[in-house]
Amino acid sequence: MSSVQSVQIITLTIDGKPVGASSDETVLDVAKQNGFFIPTLCFLEGLIPYGACRLCLVEVKGSNRLLPACMTKVAEGMEVTTDSEKLRSYRRWILELLFTERNHVCSVCVANGFCELQSMAEALGMDHVRLPYLHPQFSVDATHDRFVSDNNRCILCSRCVRVCSDIEGAHTLDIMGRGIHARIVSDLDDAWGNSPTCTRCSKCVQVCPTGAIKEKGRRSVGEKFKRRDLIAYIAKLRGGEHE
Amino acid sequence: MSKVKLATVWLDGCSGCHMSFLDTDERLIALLEHADLVYSPLVDEKNFPDMVDVTLIEGSVSTNEDVEKIRKVRAHTRILIALGDCAVTGNVPAMRNTFGVEPTMHRAYIEMAQLQPQIPTTSLPKLLDKVVPVHEVVAVDLHLPGCPPPADAIFYALSELVNGRMPDVKHLTRFGK
Repeated sequence: MSSVQSVQIITLTIDGKPVGASSDETVLDVAKQNGFFIPTLCFLEGLIPYGACRLCLVEVKGSNRLLPACMTKVAEGMEVTTDSEKLRSYRRWILELLFTERNHVCSVCVANGFCELQSMAEALGMDHVRLPYLHPQFSVDATHDRFVSDNNRCILCSRCVRVCSDIEGAHTLDIMGRGIHARIVSDLDDAWGNSPTCTRCSKCVQVCPTGAIKEKGRRSVGEKFKRRDLIAYIAKLRGGEHE
Repeated sequence: MSKVKLATVWLDGCSGCHMSFLDTDERLIALLEHADLVYSPLVDEKNFPDMVDVTLIEGSVSTNEDVEKIRKVRAHTRILIALGDCAVTGNVPAMRNTFGVEPTMHRAYIEMAQLQPQIPTTSLPKLLDKVVPVHEVVAVDLHLPGCPPPADAIFYALSELVNGRMPDVKHLTRFGK
């Protein structure tokens, strides 16, 4: 925040309801404060928003395209729609694409019951996938003595990359490749176990919405309990610019 | 009122969905006051009847035999239900899609064999290149995900159907449940 004086109090409407907001807030911030539900996957309190998953798309009057609520700053007189037939359709297609792109086998996943992708499918009423599954082959990096990275279960939300870079300051993890070939790598695509930068802090495990990054030495299915709230807590304590 | 004709079919699955169906326990008796189980791994009938009101499909479509079976079932069923994650998503059977048929057969019949390692050439249905969910082969009227779907979800769906209503089971189950 450069200066407190530059922030103004503005009003906008969300689903027809007038709400007040600071001009430095996003549509998602304000919607949440006022009890509107906007589905999200890549967003996590405490991390800098990235706009990767597109699940939080909303309609804004005057814009001919849908805008991601997590990346869109509020403006005076803005008219936002968070729920419509069109948005529900887009969000469901986005979810289905995520399921087809990798190998999400909930029944044998370490995150079964603790997975945000799985919960989102349930919340949005996605009971089957209308597109053919791609069944790509991604390798699993289990070289680290504490953690495993399994790109088969990754949705490329980049939470692990952001927490590693912005909160831990290590920037061990990043995304390599483009499109559906993109994947999480350690350092310059080396074995995670050989990483000279990883501090073994496990923040990546805590923020991963699925079973893509997990801790070793636990049971195999459905035990991946996580403390995602800790990241927001750490960010708050440090008073980062995105607080 | 005549009873609803109910069938269950077992494709490439572990039978866990059928076990979950049986887990409806004594509620089955109440259900069977309104429905006849006319074809199922649980009963003796060998041929799929002419017309069935409701058919539950467990398992993914994995072989040429599965394809033939499911097409026949679809042609003789009013309401087809994909029961469980294998039928709905491919689930565990579809994990072989990542590797392909040859390595899968080699692993099962050569590497893992204790005696006379050999790839079977007769008697077994041919594996499809890719395991697919039921709705990729025939139209499905209701998806009931879960591994297995909870008995309560199955019972709720069937009791609604025997009373002529289309159930909404989305709040009762999910993938992997």
